[in-house]
Amino acid sequence: MLEIKGLTATIGDKKILRGINLIMPDGEIHAIMGPNGAGKSTLSYVLSGREGYTVTGGSATFNGQDILAIEPEARAAAGIFLAFQYPVELPGVGNANFIRTAVNAIRRARGVPELDAVAFLKEARAAIKSLKMPDDMLKRNVNVGFSGGEKKRNEILQMALLKPSLALLDETDSGLDIDALKIVADGVNALRGPAFSALVITHYQRLLDHIVPDRVHVLAAGQIVRSGGPELARELEAHGYAGLEAA
Amino acid sequence: MNVSDFLDRIDFSALAGPAQRRVNAVERFRAQGWPTRADEAWHYTDLRGRLKNFEFALPIGTGNAFGMMPVTSSPCVTFANGRYAETHSTTLSFVTPHGGDVACEAGSDLPMVAVNAAIATGGALFNVPNDVDAGTVFLVSLADAANQLAIASRHRISVGVGASLTLIEISRGMGEYLHNSVIEIVLAKGAMLRHYRMQDEAADAVHVTTIFVDIAADAKYESFILNYGARLSRNEVHVSLAGAGGEVSLGAAQLLSGMQHGDITTIITHDAPHCASRQTVKSVLGGAARGVFQGRIKVARAAQKTDGYQMNQALLLSPDAEIDCKPELEIFADDVKCSHGATIGALDPEQMFYLRSRGIPEEQARVILIRAFLDGALESVADQQARAVFENAIEAWRLKGMS
Amino acid sequence: MAAVTETIETIDRLTDGGYKFGFETNIEMDFAPKGLNEDIVRLISAKKGEPEWLLEWRLKSYRAWLTMVEPNWARIRHPRIDYQDLYYYAAPKRAAPKSLADVDPELISMYDKLGIPLNERAALAGVAVDAVFDSVSVATTFRESLSKVGVIFCSISEAVREHPELIRKYLGSVVPAGDNYFSALNSAVFSDGSFVFIPRGVRCPMELSTYFRINARNTGQFERTLIIAEEGASVSYLEGCTAPMRDENQLHAAVVELVALDEASIKYSTVQNWYPGDAQGRGGIYNFVTKRGACRGRKSKISWTQVETGSAITWKYPSCILQGEGSSGEFYSVALTNNYQQADTGTKMIHLAPNTTSTIISKGISAGHSNNTYRGLVRIMPRAHGARNFTQCDSLLIGNQCGAHTVPYIESRNQSAKVEHEATTSKIADDQLFYCRSRGLSTEDAVGLLVNGFCRDVLKELPMEFAVEAQKLLAVSLEGSVG
Repeated sequence: MLEIKGLTATIGDKKILRGINLIMPDGEIHAIMGPNGAGKSTLSYVLSGREGYTVTGGSATFNGQDILAIEPEARAAAGIFLAFQYPVELPGVGNANFIRTAVNAIRRARGVPELDAVAFLKEARAAIKSLKMPDDMLKRNVNVGFSGGEKKRNEILQMALLKPSLALLDETDSGLDIDALKIVADGVNALRGPAFSALVITHYQRLLDHIVPDRVHVLAAGQIVRSGGPELARELEAHGYAGLEAA
Repeated sequence: MNVSDFLDRIDFSALAGPAQRRVNAVERFRAQGWPTRADEAWHYTDLRGRLKNFEFALPIGTGNAFGMMPVTSSPCVTFANGRYAETHSTTLSFVTPHGGDVACEAGSDLPMVAVNAAIATGGALFNVPNDVDAGTVFLVSLADAANQLAIASRHRISVGVGASLTLIEISRGMGEYLHNSVIEIVLAKGAMLRHYRMQDEAADAVHVTTIFVDIAADAKYESFILNYGARLSRNEVHVSLAGAGGEVSLGAAQLLSGMQHGDITTIITHDAPHCASRQTVKSVLGGAARGVFQGRIKVARAAQKTDGYQMNQALLLSPDAEIDCKPELEIFADDVKCSHGATIGALDPEQMFYLRSRGIPEEQARVILIRAFLDGALESVADQQARAVFENAIEAWRLKGMS
Repeated sequence: MAAVTETIETIDRLTDGGYKFGFETNIEMDFAPKGLNEDIVRLISAKKGEPEWLLEWRLKSYRAWLTMVEPNWARIRHPRIDYQDLYYYAAPKRAAPKSLADVDPELISMYDKLGIPLNERAALAGVAVDAVFDSVSVATTFRESLSKVGVIFCSISEAVREHPELIRKYLGSVVPAGDNYFSALNSAVFSDGSFVFIPRGVRCPMELSTYFRINARNTGQFERTLIIAEEGASVSYLEGCTAPMRDENQLHAAVVELVALDEASIKYSTVQNWYPGDAQGRGGIYNFVTKRGACRGRKSKISWTQVETGSAITWKYPSCILQGEGSSGEFYSVALTNNYQQADTGTKMIHLAPNTTSTIISKGISAGHSNNTYRGLVRIMPRAHGARNFTQCDSLLIGNQCGAHTVPYIESRNQSAKVEHEATTSKIADDQLFYCRSRGLSTEDAVGLLVNGFCRDVLKELPMEFAVEAQKLLAVSLEGSVG
């Protein structure tokens, strides 16, 4: 369970998060919507531990563990996965090698035996197939020369293989055509279960047609200003965010 | 007379300024002598070899030098055979001519700077006051040498805070001589100097210019050199980016043919963060000409966020032409973007064929491709007058037959 | 591949922290007196029972060396080397063994620790090994199976005795004795090294490997390697080094000569991991190496691949003389420096003949307080019509106390030649590090991964077993440099 209490954070002198309160029980998928600049991406970066953000107050725990106190890799080992809005290119680093290194780093941290190359490749190929991705996805360098859609699919592939218990999807739908969007949604839905929760950050309703959230939150000016069921997303789609910020 | 005898016989008290300073400079020069290929900085240019049979003399009179005066409506500061030519100069409030006795702080360890300090007979001090746009000035050096002269001039150009100046420098001559000049440039905060240089010396001349540029914060030095004349020429530019936000853009082209030897050497030192340097050097070499480019970008530990770029390209138009280049990076800061590239080759036969297959005769096709090659360097020349000077030279070169 | 992987793992288990390959054995050494003079040269030659002409060649080299001065153009700084304070001959006390059974057991056990595939492991790995322990080769395996196809793989001392005509013909023919200060020194006092001869039309049936090891205090190491591939022959030669930990600097001045005749090809791969000195820059090997290959024959090919992570000082420019029409030279290099290491390394590609091609890919990684310089020469001579060169030099800086330098010399005297050179400098981007860490990788693993990615174009040129070793080495060598 992810519990965020009164979380405030800044970039430099600029206050971005102004007291986020959010509880996400295991097994649930929550969506965070909101206008540009509301702090949606900041929330995902703060939760995953990117440098450049200063937490000035509040707390965030995952399954009782204070995640703000630990390194990014320890958060990954704790089961948190961030699907990047802008996945990073790693020249010369093969995708399969990268994902396997990550899988085994996490397994090592958890005291689970590492996967050998053969076992990993078997799993990876199966994931590729079920996500309807091209085979060469594994052979290419991480995100290098990938189209925007391919990069997002690669994030989903990594998620499928790292099997997180909490996924943070930061505008994974942006720049995707409808087929890619479905692949992304399928990837998330495939992990749905009592031990998996996800925080889906998005601007638009359309991703939520495919990943139906249990709860929808509206983030505006660094605070959650409204929460509700899936119907809230449709309402926002129809009426926009106008008027919400004041709430 | 070899250089040693020549220096021995000079009556320094007859030259401007304290004689002792010149005598000291002679000593500094003697300690090293003319540079040779054994000096790493002169790896590809054998100056001593070129000058070893020179019969040096100090210039007397101006001969027919003024016949080569460029035509322009802009103000001119003119030197003939190394001496200030009042008759052909415009009086400008911010320019003070002198007799060559102004000390140059920079590079006193370099032999060419030392010999210049010893024998300089003229120069100008430019002092553009703060926030003044001083417009365009021609700095003209004319030489007419019936015998082998040693012509030396040293200029100092200061551009004040927020001020700007466009300097079009033209060096021309007849006969056989060594023209050795030193230019010190100091750009205050936010200053801008556009410095266009046309090296159009006599076919048998030797031309060596050493330039030191100090760039304060947010100042900009924009330069273009067309290395065109002289039997042997060397343009050596030292740039120090000493304040954050400084910028330098060095463009150069060499059009050399026959037995010409042209050398462009740059040393750009990034001492401050957030500075940018851009260099594009193109050489077009015909006949048995030899082109040299040495470019070094130094990035000091403190110079984070440096953006340094250097491109050097050479076109070899004949089987006997030669290009030597040495693009160096010396990096001590990690968060920088520095790159250099070099390409050397002939005109692309496929491009040639493409043009000819469209009905363009071979000679014209060559011209088109060479022009396209040079345009990449020339495009940085924004000033129309300077552009015209360079275009005329390129056209003259084309008419000569480009080889 | 298995054996080398095992090498790494064995060593990883045996040592922890610091230099992972450092331990010393206690074999009594048979020293010549310290210092260098004509008598020492004669002694070395006599101990090896060399013919008169070779002694004369050594003496000529020695006399040339006396007239030379240490080169000072490289970007390296070190205390003056006192050449009279070094030993020029050291060898295990026993006579050279005839078979593995004769090899000093302590030596064998050290090789065991290092995982050098000497006996059955060699068979598993399919690698023949000529192991050089200090000066004298102590064991050579796979000789028979190689000799069946006519391949000669032995120590150079043995080759002097058994194949004098080949030695006389080729020794010093690529790197003349007086080529440079260190090659002159090597030519005067070279102790031992490897000799490989691949006869006409033979593809060497296995990768050839030599492990060098420096183990004698104050002993300069002067290996000499000579590889000849006759018409249509091909060979892949692997050289890898580890050395015991010690405080005093050691001089190493090896010479490697390669000769490729018509359509022959030689691939020479090196992983150099000698003791780099401690974190404060004390100790470490001084490595002054002259490596040069002559592509004598039409369409011959010489390829150098090196991964240089060790030594306090690396001064090394594996080069190709492209004499044969259509011949090609390649240089793939990773040089990694950390702490106070200094590397000045690169290549020379001399294009003499028409249609010769060369490729240079250099990846320099600087960390700590180190300085890493690429220095290279591409020279196109007038006869080299249609010659081509492509050069890519990339530098990666880790931290802001190190230096990365690029000094290429590019000279073209042929109109129809085409030369392209590119160089870049970069750092590991913060967003790349974060991306990896958010996937669960530690900072060190992430750096290792990214550095290996940076080096990929070079590492893929290594034989498989070396590539695995090299990747681990890069990561190990960078430990402590980040975060």
